[in-house]
Formats: sequence, structure tokens, C-alpha cells
Amino acid sequence: MSTRHFGQPIKRNEDPRLLTGRALFTDDVQMAGMLHVAFLRSDLAHARIREIDLGGVQERPGVAAVYTADDLGDFWQPGPLLVPPPPVEQIEFHQRTQVPLAKEKVRHAGEAIVMVVAESRYIAEDALDDIYVDYEPLDAVVDLEAALADDAPLVHDDLERNVSASVVQSKGNWAQAEAEADTVIRRRLLYDRGTAAAMENRGIVASWDEKSQQLTIWDTTQAPIAIRNGLAAMLGLSEHQVRVIAPFIGGGFGPKIMMFYPEEVLLAWAALQLGRPLKWIEDREENFYATTQERGQVHDAAIALKRDGTVLGVKDAFLHDAGAYAPYGLTVPISSQCTILGPYVIPNYHSEFVSVFTNKPIVTPYRGAGRQHGVFVIERLLDIAAREMSLDTMEVRRRNFIRPDQFPYANEIIFQDFTSLVYDSGNYEPALDRALELIGYEAFTREEQPRREAAGERVGIAVVNYVEGTGIGPYEGARVNVTASGKVSVATGVGTQGQGHFTSFAQIVADQVGAAIEDVHVVTGDTDLFYWGAGTFASRGAVVAGNAMHAAAAKVRAKILKLAGDRLEAAEEDLELVDGQVRVKGVPETSISLGELALEANPMRGGVKPGTEPGLEATEYFGPERGATASGVHAIILKVDPETFLLEIEKYVVVHDCGTVINPLILDGQIQGGVAQGIGNAFYEQLHFDENGALRNASLMDYLLPTATDVPNIVSDHVVTPSPLNPLGVKGAGEAGAIPVGALFAQALDNAFRDIGLEVREIPLSPNRLFELVSEAVAEGAR
Amino acid sequence: MKHTFTLTVNGRNYEREVEPRLLLSDFLRHDLGLTGTHVGCEHGVCGACTVLLDGEAVRSCLLFAVQASGREVETVESLDSGPQNLHPLQHGFWEAHGLQCGYCTPGILMSLVPFLRENPNPTESEIRDLLSGNICRCTGYQKIVEAVQLGAELIQEKST
Repeated sequence: MSTRHFGQPIKRNEDPRLLTGRALFTDDVQMAGMLHVAFLRSDLAHARIREIDLGGVQERPGVAAVYTADDLGDFWQPGPLLVPPPPVEQIEFHQRTQVPLAKEKVRHAGEAIVMVVAESRYIAEDALDDIYVDYEPLDAVVDLEAALADDAPLVHDDLERNVSASVVQSKGNWAQAEAEADTVIRRRLLYDRGTAAAMENRGIVASWDEKSQQLTIWDTTQAPIAIRNGLAAMLGLSEHQVRVIAPFIGGGFGPKIMMFYPEEVLLAWAALQLGRPLKWIEDREENFYATTQERGQVHDAAIALKRDGTVLGVKDAFLHDAGAYAPYGLTVPISSQCTILGPYVIPNYHSEFVSVFTNKPIVTPYRGAGRQHGVFVIERLLDIAAREMSLDTMEVRRRNFIRPDQFPYANEIIFQDFTSLVYDSGNYEPALDRALELIGYEAFTREEQPRREAAGERVGIAVVNYVEGTGIGPYEGARVNVTASGKVSVATGVGTQGQGHFTSFAQIVADQVGAAIEDVHVVTGDTDLFYWGAGTFASRGAVVAGNAMHAAAAKVRAKILKLAGDRLEAAEEDLELVDGQVRVKGVPETSISLGELALEANPMRGGVKPGTEPGLEATEYFGPERGATASGVHAIILKVDPETFLLEIEKYVVVHDCGTVINPLILDGQIQGGVAQGIGNAFYEQLHFDENGALRNASLMDYLLPTATDVPNIVSDHVVTPSPLNPLGVKGAGEAGAIPVGALFAQALDNAFRDIGLEVREIPLSPNRLFELVSEAVAEGAR
Repeated sequence: MKHTFTLTVNGRNYEREVEPRLLLSDFLRHDLGLTGTHVGCEHGVCGACTVLLDGEAVRSCLLFAVQASGREVETVESLDSGPQNLHPLQHGFWEAHGLQCGYCTPGILMSLVPFLRENPNPTESEIRDLLSGNICRCTGYQKIVEAVQLGAELIQEKST
């Protein structure tokens, strides 16, 4: 009997390889004659390079080559702009992208200046010590507001100000909303930097085969196809001469979709120069500087409400920290700008932001990609408004939810995918009700909290809502091929960094062609096996590639039925695809296996009918008209140690709506992992830059990632509102767990310290920072 | 200056000549080709590179290869007898979805092997304490805890 795979908690096809240490990661690639690369990186955040003294490094035994910017000749070019500015009127945009090796000036600590190629990584790193760079230190641009002062030093000398871009988006009329409001709340809200800290650092292996004129790259990238296309163009090769393989990747989370990293470009170029394979593996310290980061924003926000809590409008002006270069365009701040609208009816909205160049590492999307900030701003404004107006904080949210009959809901501003921000579907109130029930809101606030507070404990509860634009275009593709061995070969262009694509895509295909899940072999991220695609980002793999899988598999199913109908002399509607067989319904002995059928579809003799294609194969593409809007509610009960200000999370609830679920096991994992990252972001992880732009905590000793004793068990439940925008009805889920956690911690801590009027207006926190904020609140109360 | 030394890795004897500064993690991965041991931080925090040295879990990025001279090293490659024949702990991880990208997994498995040998019925809190020495950035640990609980049961079933 055939079982449906879609929707089942099926264990993963890829796991035996990973569990036994046999999966290929980039640093596992070994090639004869391979050379190793190390980079000399700037110690200073902002300095002019007076001179680079190579100090005889070329003569050091084992050193094969040394390159500075000058050695690259015409190949030295700033990287491409990945995402052009969105079609918003009166936009200001200054394109400044990263360079392969710093020339004349360094703009952030860790920027690469010299590339050394040697027989081993050990020798390459020894060689770095031979080199002396004479710097003229410059004042660093670190603080976002100071960066815009008239006398601020300039990150890019040819710009008048440190402005990367400025964008204004509006709907309705804020001034009128403000005039009509009974209450207007204004606050400054801060969200500082963190880093994705995937367990595998970045890495690249590049190999040029002179005889076949082929360049092969193994790269820890989330976008192998775009890397292939770009490298071919930069190196003057045909795209067919470049093969980029994104093998198993130890976590992506966004920074691995940044392109082109200087190392990607340089390794490929130098492999051609030297004719030997090259490997560079980023070390953890480099990862803190050379891999992109996210999160620095300063918001001045206001909300206008009627007496009953109805929101009339929101106004927000924010500064966004772009870092030293902005290759990724405005994806992150546009996402922040859009996410502020949340699941609420906000009839009047005025938002403007300035993206600021600073002497800090480059900012590109990291899980959430600006959405955290948006959720933090709107949820904080609602919390603070409810308190100041003595309204129930949950009631204020209910009053302003977009109702189910209002979808599709047009927000009248432009989203990061350049389409108008329209929510396709959603049903917010049942999710909130379910979350309140699961966290035990009534019982906790009425009985447990007062009782425990009377006993001297500090406990707080919080519930926050969010929406997440997911599954944006442009498109992905998939090829499904039933082979003569009976195995099904599946390929797509997206790369995989742990999301379980080898299984979820196999589930989609297995249902269509009637194969066992373990007989569906999925390949992702090898440009020789699938030519077209964009990449894994924006919670889009399941939505965009998943639907391409579905379309290709459905087409193969039709081919199977047609051919089997001929062979079995049966009508197609009388056939069923079960256990790798095509059978006549009710006559199971009249059957043919998929393998036999595949062999017949590719005969050695005889004719294939005109107009038919050989094989049981199809390639299909899927491009959604716009992204699908996922949503959810997180709830927490936490306890604060009154002496140490350490937190204990006693209960954590996620109620999530990502449309139809392909594999609940994988979905739960995505949510739980996202929440863990969110907890890190909210209370443990912060990159501390000093006034010189030096990063003070560039190690895992000092940058605290949450461990198994910091992250609680998560109770999760799902509301399913299928997306009408794709045949499978799915929405993305990869980022949902991480997005609302900062806002949730802020509300819970306010709640735990409501007797002293604590108002958390910044994330990340830490025990130290919480102690300071509580002390300030106490002092303010005493005044 | 190179040192000649001998050691046993996964039951096989090796004699090798290496620089004294060569890390055990690099030796295992690049000299012996045992790439299942992963390197995540090179400073002993993340635990991805954990292997057994004479049966005790150690960070191979904090040891020089020559420090394993005359001793016995076990890596993740020692656990199974082929992908079709997993160690019960690996089965626990597979069934419970105890891994996502899988990069930290070998180190976690090798931390757990001696732990479960000494503590065959751990509580959740004991498991979390042990796991706090290994960083996983994907899972949020919940399913790893479940995987360890299941793995512990499967180990006991196999030994009875």
C-alpha cells in the first residue's frame, strides 16, 4: 500500500552520511598538489596604507605566490551590486562594494590586504609574519549618528557624507493620524549587531584543469549558480567552463549568500594563474571580521492611537548600519521597514531610513534579515502604548489584527522583492488564542505570578506576534528523472545548509512517481547538475524549489502513466503508482516497475514516436508572483535571578502558520533552531566594537553562543492557512523562529519588573546590561 | 624539525613523521584523511573536533598530534560499520532528527560515547550539562536531547 509522504515526519535521507562522518564538506576536499592560502588582514578599522613591505616573504621556503592589490592588475575590481535599489521614488543610493584586496585604504578591521599561497596553511600563516604594512591611522566611523555629523571622517573619501542610501516610504497620511490621535507614543529603540556564527566557517577550493579547460570550485555558498555565473564573467570563461559545487555546508543563515566574498574571487583567479588547486578555509577569528554580519539599527518611532487602542498610524525614522561596503543593496533595511507593519491594520505609515557606511564589517542578511528590528519596533510601541493607556496589551493587538476576510491585504509599500507588499493569507487571532492557552496566560497572570512575586521571585510573561515575508522569487527549477535502476534522480539549483532538502524534496517527488523515499536521490547545489536558479535565502527553498519539484514530478508522473498505459494496455485512469511499480488498480499482478519503464522509455532499438522525448524525465520552473506571508506568535515565561540577573526560561511556546507542512519533524527543527538563535540575539550575543572600530570579542570565548543549558524545550503548535500563491500551499519557515525573540524578551522583562516601571528599549541584552537598566529604572522612580 | 611518532587510530597503528606543532585535528583530517572530525573554532570552545584519547573525550584542536604518541585515538569513523550498520547512538540521532547541518554532530557523538558508558540512564538535566560543552547552531538542542535519550535506550537494548 502506498503511503503519502508529504506532511509526514520522515527521517532524513542525508543523515547516515552526516552521522558517520562521510559527508563531504568543503575542507574535506583533498587534491594532489594542492596549495593553501592565508590572508594578511588589517588590524585597523580605518587607515591609509602607506606601504606594504613584503620583507622577502616570496623567498620563504614553501611559499608559492604572494599577491597584493597591485598584482591583480585589471582583475582588481569592486564586487558587483547584488540587489539594485528598489523602485521607490526619490531614493538616494551610492554604490560602494567590497574590493578583492585593499588598495590605498582599509575600511574595516579584518579587510584583506595580502594573499599568501604556500605548500601548507602553517607555512602560509608563518609567511604573514614576514610582511609589514605601514598604516596611517584614521579616525574610525563607528557610531551611526556620529557618522552623519558634518565633521565625521569619511569611509569612502569620494562621498560627501557616510550615506549609503536613504529611502522614504509612506501610505496614508501620518500627520493627519497624529492630529486625530488621542495618544501618541514616541520612543528611541536600538538593535545592535550580532553574527551568524555558523559552526562551519567559510571555505573555498579552486582547481583549474588546463587540459579540459575547466574550473571547479567547492564553495560554502548558499548560491552556487550565481557564483558560477559571476566567476565566469570575471575570469572571461564560458559559464560551462566553471563548475561550482556547494557540498554539505555547516550552517548558512544568510552570510553565506553574500557574494562575492573577496576570497571567492581571489582563489578562482589564482588557481588559473598558478595551475594548481588552492584551498582557503576561514578560521574562527577571521569569521568575526571577514564574514558579513547584521542587525545595527537605531529607530526613532512613534505610534498614534485612539483611546480604545485602535492604531491610527506609525511613523519611524531609522539609521541602518551598512558596514564598510554595501554589496547587498537595501534588502535588510527594506525588510525592517516592511516588517514594522506586522499583522496589524496600520492605515497611515511614514517610514524613512538612512543606510550609513561605517568602519565595521559588511552587513548583509542574517536569519531574519531586518525583520527582527521591525517586529521589535511595532511590538514595543504596542506594549508601551497599552501600558500608558492602561489597556490590556493582548486586547490592543486583537483590536488591530488584519481580519481573515481582509486577505489578500495590500500594505501599499514596496517589499524587498520589489513587488508591492501584499499579504496573501493569514488568520492571526486563532494563533494568538492558541498561544495564550498553551502558555497558560490567564492562570499565570491571575494566580501564579502574584503568588510567586509575593514569595520574592521575579517572573515575567510575554506574548508577541509577527509576520514574515517568505518564499520570494524570482524562480527556481528542478529536474526529475526516473532512471533504469528504478532510482529517481532529482536535481535543483539551490544549495543546502542543513534544511533537510534531500528529504523534503524527495517527499514531494516520491508522492508523484510512487517511489520509496530512500529511492529518491536529491542533488542540490552542483551547477553541472542543474544550470538555473537563484539560491537559498529568504525562507524560499521549500516554497520556490519545492513547487518546481512538484511541477517536474507531476510531469514525469504523466509520462509514466502514458507509457505504462500503452505497455499494460490499460487506461491511464485505471493505473496506480505504488512501491516503485505501475499497477492496474485491482489487478496488482498486471504491473511494470519504474525501472523497466525507464528502460523502455530510452530504447536501444526501434523508434521513439515523433514528438515524444526519451526517458522519464522533466524539468520545470516555479516563480511566484510574490512572496507568501507566514506568521506566528511566540510566548514566554521567564524568571530573573535577582542577584545575578541571569535568566531561566521556564516555558516557551511557538504557534506558527507556514501554510501546508511538508515534514513536521524538519519544521520543528527549523523553529527550535531559530528560537535558539533568537535567544542568543536577545540575551547573549553582541559584537562589541570600540571607538576605533576594533572588535573586542572576536572569539567564541567572548562572543557567547547559547548552549544546551540556555535554550529551553519549546512547545509548538501550528495553524495552517495554505498560501494561495503556489500549488503546494506552502510558506517559508526558515527564519520564523528567530524573528520575534528580542521583542518577546523585552515584553517579558518589562512584565517581570513592572513594579519599577522597567521599559526595555534595546536588544541585545545581557545580565550586566539588564542590571544597568533595572538600576536606572529604580533611580528614575526614586526621583 | 620533524618528529616520528606512533599511535593507534580507530584500531589501526600508524607511524608518521610530523612537525611538532601540527594539531591533532589537522593530523587526523589531512594526514590520515579522517575528515569526519570537524573544526569549528580552533580554540576549544565549540567541541566539533572532539575525539577520544585513550577513551576520554578531548578537543583535538587543543592537542598536538605528537601528544597522542603511543596512545589510542577514536574518531567518529570508528562508531559504525558502514552506513547500513549504524551505532545505536547514531540511530537515536537519525530517528529523533538530532542534527541539521551535521557539522557539530561528530563532536557531539564522540562526547556522548564515554558519557553514556559511565552514565547509561542520564536525566535530561545531565544530558544538557554534558551537551553544554558542544555548540550547535542549528537545532536549538531540543531534538539532540531527545536523540540522546533514544540513543541511550537503544544502547541498552543492544547490550541486553
